[in-house]
Amino acid sequence: MRSKSVVTLAGVSALALYSSMAVGKYNFPEPQSIIAKDIYDQHLMLLWVCLAIFVGVFGVMFYSVLKHRKSLGYKAANFHHSTTVEIIWTVIPCLILIFMAYPATKTVIAMKDTSSPDMTIKATGYQWMWGYDYLQGEGEGISFFSKLSTPRAQVENKETKGENYLLEVDNRVVVPVGKKVRVILTANDVLHAWWVPALGIKQDAIPGFIRDTWFTADRPGIYRGQCAELCGKDHGFMPIVVEVMEADEYSKWAAAQLSTSTVKTSMHIENK
Amino acid sequence: MAAVHGDVHGHGHDDHHPSGIMRWVTTTNHKDIGSMYLWFSFTMFLIGGFLAMGIRAELYQPGIQILEPELFNQFTTLHGLIMVFGAIMPAFVGFANWQVPIMIGAPDMAFARMNNWSFWLLPVAGTLLVGSFFAPGGAAAGGWTFYPPLSTQGGIGVDLMIFAVHILGASSIMGSINIITTILNMRAPGMTLMKMPMFVWTWLITAYLLVLVMPVLAGVVTMLLTDRHFGTSFFNAAGGGDPVMFQHIFWFFGHPEVYIMILPAFGIVSEIIPTFSRKPLFGYSSMVYATASIAILSCIVWAHHMFTAGMPAIGQLFFMYATMLIAVPTGVKVFNWTATMWRGSMSFETPMLFAIGFIFLFVIGGLSGVICAIVPIDIQVQDTYYVIAHFHYVLVSGALFSLFAGAYYWIPKWTGRMYNETLGKWHFWLSMFFFNLTFFVQHFLGLAGMPRRIPDYNLQFADFNMISSIGAFGFGLTQLLFLYIMINCIRGGEKAPEKPWDGATTLEWTHLPTPAPYHSFEKPPVLK
Repeated sequence: MRSKSVVTLAGVSALALYSSMAVGKYNFPEPQSIIAKDIYDQHLMLLWVCLAIFVGVFGVMFYSVLKHRKSLGYKAANFHHSTTVEIIWTVIPCLILIFMAYPATKTVIAMKDTSSPDMTIKATGYQWMWGYDYLQGEGEGISFFSKLSTPRAQVENKETKGENYLLEVDNRVVVPVGKKVRVILTANDVLHAWWVPALGIKQDAIPGFIRDTWFTADRPGIYRGQCAELCGKDHGFMPIVVEVMEADEYSKWAAAQLSTSTVKTSMHIENK
Repeated sequence: MAAVHGDVHGHGHDDHHPSGIMRWVTTTNHKDIGSMYLWFSFTMFLIGGFLAMGIRAELYQPGIQILEPELFNQFTTLHGLIMVFGAIMPAFVGFANWQVPIMIGAPDMAFARMNNWSFWLLPVAGTLLVGSFFAPGGAAAGGWTFYPPLSTQGGIGVDLMIFAVHILGASSIMGSINIITTILNMRAPGMTLMKMPMFVWTWLITAYLLVLVMPVLAGVVTMLLTDRHFGTSFFNAAGGGDPVMFQHIFWFFGHPEVYIMILPAFGIVSEIIPTFSRKPLFGYSSMVYATASIAILSCIVWAHHMFTAGMPAIGQLFFMYATMLIAVPTGVKVFNWTATMWRGSMSFETPMLFAIGFIFLFVIGGLSGVICAIVPIDIQVQDTYYVIAHFHYVLVSGALFSLFAGAYYWIPKWTGRMYNETLGKWHFWLSMFFFNLTFFVQHFLGLAGMPRRIPDYNLQFADFNMISSIGAFGFGLTQLLFLYIMINCIRGGEKAPEKPWDGATTLEWTHLPTPAPYHSFEKPPVLK
């Protein structure tokens, strides 16, 4: 009886793992960049490998649990050592790990290659909002702050929560599709982390230091993320929203921004 | 069975110790001190559990209902600190106090008075931690990892936490030195190192890890303290310091700490599986080597907690490979346990259930650990609910389940009474069910993009959070059942037979009566 429920539990977890591959809600968001795609595929592959190991190990263990019971009158054997077996189950995991590490190594090297970007944006973490400065490429000179735009009343349960509750901002980061965007990160006060799951990037923003990362968005769209490093009281309330536009739309947006950006830039200086 | 009464002190040695509260304040007896450690850790477990219930109640629905964000952060921070330093670690030291001397045939711990001191430091530290909630500005709210610069911002609560960590560290170091000395010097004649029970081996290795890394933790909190109050700039870029240096030093302590909490758990499970399989542990020496390899590897993987902090590709690759390597000795252990069970003659009393539950869920945590080791995937799941799920699988269904297993296994030896088997099994199955209900869905939350340490979330995360909260409330209530079972056992449990577990082979079962007398092994036992 009892072992049956354990087997059922194993079945349920296996099913849950399986469904995680089928439905978006149980997995990473749909990848929108090469790196995010790599991560998505590697995660799926590893999940299958882990599932196979899991089924193998617990298949043996639960067979034993079912059959080798005192209540069934099973007499205990007395073996307690086998060097051959020990070597086999040391070597096989090593081989599996090499199989796992190879594609990951390639992705790590690709993720680190921030060279020759089409444009560069500096993101600065503040308690509790983000500041963006377009440093190089089309739109150079644009500068603005980006704050949560969800009304306080929704947080306090006085209004119905919208679809993008806590994931909406007043000013989005806008970038053109298909261009390599280098993001330079720093912070003004404490640690923050700039994370956009669909683009496959997360990088800590560290006060007094500069870090960088990059992405190339595959498709136009709006991609949402959140600060991923505890930064105090409103850590849960400083989202990141990236809007990817077609090249000509982006040019229009950049031109419009540059004609009005003087006000925002002066605000920036004042803040410092 | 005839050997059970091997060596009992039949020479009328009086237990003349003070009675009442003074017995406990002044005691130098390893059994008394072990009991106090266990009661202390259980108390802290309930307090930490209360904080967890608060966290899950706030996260039951989107929006802010119960805890304002600042208080929510205090809850998560103190939940982590109390569970790690107040509940899990002292509980294992409690087991070491009770079990190490009677498993190696020693009369007591090597430094009996220091033993008393290392215990009585704990309530002081516990009071500082819990009391910090009532300090102006509240308790520390920078997470249990208290990264600066955020932790330099906090109020006096952060200072109280730093002092508490100092005191806990001192207690741990003393406890470890005591355990190392006892094991190396006080084993019964004939018990060579490679004949020691696995629990003793795992604790010997754990104690070395503690002596290695607790001073590092003490150092890093001291640097934080001087940054806060005495004008230094270790972690402040404006003064030439580096906030990331804190993370390196903290995790140089923090990663071995993870194994400090799991190696003794391996030890307990390695005692229980052979007993209830009625078959010797498979691959004893490879178990010892695997434990030692895990301990050594654990010291060179710390930066895998910091893949998003930014480091060169070569650094990320080194820490990724080293971390993945830990899966090999850990796998060896799991395979050895399986081989021990294979063709045994198993029975499934509560300790065995918890031990098997431990292996089952720990392996899930281990597999998600390998996934977290892969740098590109870790970049996505770091600081999300995926990581929360991962480490609760290894710390709750790992460390905590093994502690339950050990408590059920040894309580007859400690008290001379049996626990209620039916209720014990209920405790196991309810814990198993609610644990998975709480934490399995958190994997999905993390993958879908919910960061950790947030008091409120987008509506897409609402249903899994509700399931998780319901599971957490169930899990919390189930642990009160454990308290009831233990009190019931101590107060009026059935009298335990001399040897309740027929498969047990270690000294405390073969050479001591049940319950173990107040003073045991005053003359060392004679080993075959």
